[in-house]
Amino acid sequence: MKVLLVDDEEDFVTALAERLQLRGMEVQFATDGETALRHMETNPPDVVVLDMMMPGMGGGDVLKRMKAGHSQTPVILLTGHTSIDAGPAGVQQGAFDYLVKPVDISELIAKMENALRSGKSE
Amino acid sequence: MTVSRDKENGGFNFRRIWKWFTREFLLKIDQIDSPDRYKRLRRNIILLMLLVTIVPLVFMAAINYHQYNKSLKDEIINPLYSLANKTKHSFELFLEERVSTVRFIASAYSFEELSDEKTMNRIFRVMRNEFEGFVDLGLIDSQAKMVSYAGPYALLGKTYSQQSWFHKVKLRGVYVSDVFMGYREFPHIAIAVQQISGDEKGWILRATIDTGKFEALISSMGLEPSSDAFLINRRGILQTDSKFYGKVLEKYPFDLPLGSYGTDVLDMLDTKGREILLTYAHLSQHDYSLVIVKPRSVILKSWYTLKSEMFFIFIISVGLIILVTIKISFNLVANLREADERRESAFRELEHSHKLSSIGRLAAGVAHEINNPLAIINEKAGLMKDLIGYGEDFSKKGKFVELTDAILKSVNRCKTVTHRLLGFARRMEVKFEKLNLNEVITEVLGFLEKEALYRNIKTTLQLAENLPEMYSDRGQLHQVFLNIITNAIASIEGGGLITITSWQENPETLGVSIEDTGCGMSAETLRHIFEPFFTTKHGYGTGLGLPITYGIIKKLGGEIKAVSKEAEGTRFTLFLPISPKTQTEAS
Repeated sequence: MKVLLVDDEEDFVTALAERLQLRGMEVQFATDGETALRHMETNPPDVVVLDMMMPGMGGGDVLKRMKAGHSQTPVILLTGHTSIDAGPAGVQQGAFDYLVKPVDISELIAKMENALRSGKSE
Repeated sequence: MTVSRDKENGGFNFRRIWKWFTREFLLKIDQIDSPDRYKRLRRNIILLMLLVTIVPLVFMAAINYHQYNKSLKDEIINPLYSLANKTKHSFELFLEERVSTVRFIASAYSFEELSDEKTMNRIFRVMRNEFEGFVDLGLIDSQAKMVSYAGPYALLGKTYSQQSWFHKVKLRGVYVSDVFMGYREFPHIAIAVQQISGDEKGWILRATIDTGKFEALISSMGLEPSSDAFLINRRGILQTDSKFYGKVLEKYPFDLPLGSYGTDVLDMLDTKGREILLTYAHLSQHDYSLVIVKPRSVILKSWYTLKSEMFFIFIISVGLIILVTIKISFNLVANLREADERRESAFRELEHSHKLSSIGRLAAGVAHEINNPLAIINEKAGLMKDLIGYGEDFSKKGKFVELTDAILKSVNRCKTVTHRLLGFARRMEVKFEKLNLNEVITEVLGFLEKEALYRNIKTTLQLAENLPEMYSDRGQLHQVFLNIITNAIASIEGGGLITITSWQENPETLGVSIEDTGCGMSAETLRHIFEPFFTTKHGYGTGLGLPITYGIIKKLGGEIKAVSKEAEGTRFTLFLPISPKTQTEAS
């Protein structure tokens, strides 16, 4: 499974990336929206895990750009508590699902697998 | 110097009194910070109202009393004046007529003619026929010897030179005596006229008059039995019988302003202590005074009746005023107090919701700031655990796994707190749906049954059947019951009972009560339970459960009440609207 992690907190994103890699996934990560979109083009992932709150281009904007580019890649949103309402809103905008930080790794993997399955069945 | 000091002192005192008065009575009661301000307010209102109503009433009553007293007295005294004057004139007329008669006889006849007994008898007979009251007629020569006499007594030859009236008539020409008994042993007066004949030796014609006519004149006044009237002479000797003050020729017991010629009415006490109105009139030409005595009680009887009626009305009015004033003041102050309390509770509620919202904002900020580092800790610790788990065995591996697990567990605890903080902070979006309240309660109890059982707590459900379906938010209601029942379970140690009852309060409201036999709360704790971060479960409580519950209930348009007694238990009562009010829908 190829995963793209997008989060402005490097400490968070590197640790999560390593953990997923330990579980046998192919993980890329980006700490801002632009890099994330570039990665999407150069090495399209199976699943995107996208943080909503980022400086500059936020997760919402990235999601919009992806949908504008007719991307079929499923997106799982990560939200902080203050933006908990952003999760359901993102789902309405086309995201597959959302999780509230801090995330439980097994929950995240379960959602990614779900997303992948649904993406394949489409 | 001293004068100005005194003045200053006077001014100071007055100012002090005024200050005291304004402080005690006029200041707004809000300015008086005192626990019994309502009592004082009530007292002030009563006193001021009584002051402004009763004082004018008293003044009016006093003026009225005075006015009535005066006019009534005038009305009674004036007739007394005229009665006294009329009777006085009758007396004067009577005496004047008799004096004129005697004087006429003395002028019309010579001494010689009158010396003749036959002529004397004839004249006397005519006189008696014409004028009543004459008792006898006598002629006294210059030697004071009775030389001729017509009448019932044997007075011929008597000498009067030793008697004072003889000298007085010689001096004045005409003399009317006081009443006296003389030789005759019944009261009479004597009229003597001196006539000077040719030889310049004066002779005297003397007639005696029966004072029975006086009594007749007095009785013609027609006085009531309790009144009295009589004649007295200049020396205060009674000239007629008095009903109350003595017989004829006795000394009259009062002093009169003798010598004046007017008529006057005196308001005085008599010898027996009776209140009397004493009217007197001096007879001109004669040394008599007519006295009329009337007891005041008789004269002013109507006045006394009026007075007692006035007094009665006054007392009743004052009583009514006091009663009404007190009643009004009590009601007024009670209403005021109620309004104040309502205002205060509304203010408290506002303050409370204000507090909640500001704490909510703070909580959101804190949650956000903590959340990101928490996420990092979570991942780092997770990674550590992964590395240990996927890596080779090494010494103390178990210990490391234990440690990372502990970190993750703590992170989870923090997550719960921030979750709850957020739940409290964020604007709750209420989603109304049709639901059955009993169902919701049963669902929640399903979550908690295991724990209750484990802690030896019995749960009793007394759910009303046929409870109408309601429109509310299932999730929020779950949260509410979860919070309250969790608290109930936590309050019970060593087994107990939780009773949940539901009922229909009224057509628009359903009621639910959750009662436990737990440790209960003090009144002080009870007052704070809906305040955020107030907790008695130190160490494991967030202090947000009940504030969130409170917030949800308010959001749903309901009400929550708590009653508790230490060591006995707590009862939460919820009132929930069957359908949301428009206001709640709008928010």
